[in-house]
Amino acid sequence: MIDTLSWFVVYPEIILLVMACVIAIVDLGVSSPRRGLTYVLTLLTLAWVAIVTGSHALAGETVYGFGKMVVSEPMGNWLKCFAALALMATVVYGRPYAADRDMLRGGEFFTLGLTSLLGAFLMISGHHFLVLYMGLELMTLSSYAMVALRRDHANSTEAAMKYFVLGALASGFLLYGLSMIYGATGSLDVSEVFKAIASREVKHQVLVFGLVFVVAGLAFKIGAVPFHMWLPDVYHGAPTAVTLAIGAAPQLAAFAIMIRILVQGLLPLAIDWQQMLGVLAVGSLLVGNLAAVAQTNLKRMLAFSTIAQMGFLLLAMLAGVVGGDKLNAQSAYGAAMFYVITYVLTTLAVFGVIMLLAREGFESEEISDLAGLNQRSPLYAGVMAVGMFSLAGVPPLVGFYAKLSVIDALLSAQGNEYLYLALFAVMVSLVGAFYYLRVVKVMYFDPVPAHVPAAIDAGSDVRVVLTLNGALVLLLGLLPGGLMTLCSQSMGSVLKSLGT
Amino acid sequence: MGLLSLAIWTPIVFGMVLLALGRDEHVKAVRALALMGAFIGLLLTLPLYSQFQQNTSAMQFVEKASWIPHFNVHYHLGLDGISFWFVPLTAFITVIVVIAGWQVIEQRVNQYMGAFLILSGLMIGVFSALDAMLFFVFFEATLIPMYLIIGIWGGPNKIYAAFKFFLYTLLGSLLMLVALVYLYNKSGGSFDLAAWHKLPLGMTAQTLLFFAFFAAFAVKVPMWPVHTWLPDVHVEAPTGGSAVLAAIMLKLGAYGFLRFSMPIAPDASREWAWLMIALSLIAVIYVGLVAMVQQDMKKLVAYSSVAHMGFVTLGFFIFNDLGVAGALVQMIAHGFVSGAMFLSIGVLYDRVHSREIASYGGVINTMPRFAAFALLFAMANCGLPGTAGFVGEWMVILGAVKYNFWIGLAAATALIFGAAYTLWMFKRVYLGEVANDDVKNLSDINAREFLMLSLLAAAVLYMGIFPKPFTDVMDVSVADLLKHVALSKLN
Repeated sequence: MIDTLSWFVVYPEIILLVMACVIAIVDLGVSSPRRGLTYVLTLLTLAWVAIVTGSHALAGETVYGFGKMVVSEPMGNWLKCFAALALMATVVYGRPYAADRDMLRGGEFFTLGLTSLLGAFLMISGHHFLVLYMGLELMTLSSYAMVALRRDHANSTEAAMKYFVLGALASGFLLYGLSMIYGATGSLDVSEVFKAIASREVKHQVLVFGLVFVVAGLAFKIGAVPFHMWLPDVYHGAPTAVTLAIGAAPQLAAFAIMIRILVQGLLPLAIDWQQMLGVLAVGSLLVGNLAAVAQTNLKRMLAFSTIAQMGFLLLAMLAGVVGGDKLNAQSAYGAAMFYVITYVLTTLAVFGVIMLLAREGFESEEISDLAGLNQRSPLYAGVMAVGMFSLAGVPPLVGFYAKLSVIDALLSAQGNEYLYLALFAVMVSLVGAFYYLRVVKVMYFDPVPAHVPAAIDAGSDVRVVLTLNGALVLLLGLLPGGLMTLCSQSMGSVLKSLGT
Repeated sequence: MGLLSLAIWTPIVFGMVLLALGRDEHVKAVRALALMGAFIGLLLTLPLYSQFQQNTSAMQFVEKASWIPHFNVHYHLGLDGISFWFVPLTAFITVIVVIAGWQVIEQRVNQYMGAFLILSGLMIGVFSALDAMLFFVFFEATLIPMYLIIGIWGGPNKIYAAFKFFLYTLLGSLLMLVALVYLYNKSGGSFDLAAWHKLPLGMTAQTLLFFAFFAAFAVKVPMWPVHTWLPDVHVEAPTGGSAVLAAIMLKLGAYGFLRFSMPIAPDASREWAWLMIALSLIAVIYVGLVAMVQQDMKKLVAYSSVAHMGFVTLGFFIFNDLGVAGALVQMIAHGFVSGAMFLSIGVLYDRVHSREIASYGGVINTMPRFAAFALLFAMANCGLPGTAGFVGEWMVILGAVKYNFWIGLAAATALIFGAAYTLWMFKRVYLGEVANDDVKNLSDINAREFLMLSLLAAAVLYMGIFPKPFTDVMDVSVADLLKHVALSKLN
């Protein structure tokens, strides 16, 4: 029989799976157009999962299950907890939006959200290439379906097709790369792969070949240049609720899978993949920032901004191993984890405001649709402004500390070899500041257009969560120490368990 | 809670309350609350003076608590003779600015007042920060309220001005950020300024750091040639915004030179002093000439600010007691005087809605009481003895002559140019016959404006006649700083 520890490790996943099925069935009986019962059940499930993973994370132990195919350790548990909370916010913000656009004819929005989170969880806690791949596929297949939920809308179906075709291609890349690494090392288990490579008894060419495909597949998933082409079209075409669903929680999973494969599996090859990430990072920062300046559609701008933010994330990832030693690894990967968590938090707030404004029968997709928001509702304009300043990296919002951690990771490498990267990064973030400021400008400095109603109606759940979200971005900016230490310690335990 | 923390956070809390609760329906309550907040902020700075010990250069009112353990960043505050006077100055200017915006701001008053109060707290934070990261956070955070103030309540070209202000200043600051992180790593994981002052650094490192800090602070001061944002911003900003910008925010940059550039990179400072002196003299002379040809009053005072700040940076980099102390006194005096100049222009603008000199003429005939104040402030701007503007300029010129006669001579021409552009503007606007109907229909200043202008006049006169309290506070710290800068770090 499967031992108790294994059940302990997959406890959150079991909850998600069971509740996803229950909710799918219960939803058949729900008749209200806004799916009240389904919504509440989903939120309760996610809260339960968040509590479970949070308590596992606080316990701080590393436990393997199912023959080391899955692992429960602090980094993974924290990422899972935050992913569950992110999906809660997504569901809260997305439900009124989806209801208005006839996307809630069935409860698929919720069920698919839960299954995509389940896939994300598998990606986060997988310790075996096949489990990681399975999680990736589950998450992305659910996402493809969610993007197409608004089936009567040509934009959405087109976006879904693009996402599916390109995503399948990228998954193929990843699988191909993983299979080559299997061929070279003889194992699919992450630690075994690490040990095999570290022992230097494997064919280096095959490994690097596989590594290239793996990095390409991963780069697609996070939207790094030159694998970024799907991001603007999918973000733009998908219904905003789904854009948030694919842009928030899955980023945490993508980060986890990067750590799992590149760090826990392939850290001895760091010299190779760090250089690849460097190219990806520089390209992402350039393309993301420059293209975002030219956008007039808010969702496209945010898509390009995501590309740029992921460039920063990759900068942190590439600073881990310097000159063969791992002294900088904890601070570098901890910075990356802090960056992705704060990025997700800020994205939730920003998209929450966009969806709030999209209530009145028009898509608030253009930047100009936000005009005069400060006069209509200072609170939501404030939340959006806080989000924008945080993404721009202006103190005292939390985004500044994320960028600071990345720059520190780059500069604490011995011999200043990443100094120019750090300078480049700050200079492009200056360019980035412009388009974030442009959104603030439109909200605060432009007058309210004539046809827009003055008041914004929103359910109390959206109002409370959005205000909390914005307040959290500000509060974490005033007191970022706790989260930073949390990320650093999680990475510490990941690095300690390398090769075990 | 320490006195400094109270001074910083009280205005910020009042500002947040105003942002959260104020609505344009309760305008009277909003204004009253704002004035109360600003006034309490000022009251909190008074015990700082009474408890300040003038015979030591050690940091006083020190508060230290761990803030971000992961980066070893501390919430470390303190004041010494160099930073002391900026705290009461900031609080005082905030009160003045709240009074100035009393009637003229009618839309989203709570956000206006809230922004200024929060800005006030943040600026006091900059002057009292002893931890480099805390300094940077406060320094950058001031950009957000100022950006909003310019962009919401500004003039016709406000969006251009707001973006120029934010992006230009951010550019310099980002380069400084890289320098700060470099120093953090070099010092073995500390952001403590005192530790950085003692940190040994090679010449290349010092030069790079000096220029990184120069990028940030030169834009902020502003020094020629990165001064071009200031005229645009001053012209478009609302009166209160201009006053705060000129009176305090420019000083943030100059203060940075004293706290960062000179003590951390003393050898580089000495080696590049010639460049700083040259740029300062260009600011004093060339920008003084530019000020003379301006048609817009606010632009004229903006260029005049650049020229006065040129005096300040000149005083710093001649490395003698008179120079640095004179520069510090000039910073405080300029805070009062430029604040007063902008507020005077604001008084006229509120009535006629024009900043052009050509729109005015003979204002003294219809607004005699106001013209009296304007004359006092104009004289202070020229550097007339007996007003605040004289003390700092005189000390810096003395120090400059001690350093090099020709530099002193060139600096002294500032007095000539300053008198030229200021008096010429005063003559064209205030003196002579009533020029047009707008001037004919002017009403003299009301009680609120009288209060605001007399407070500033009192400060200007007091500092001009009895500057001893100001110089006494800073003597020991300035001497200490110069002693530190004279030592080389290279061995």
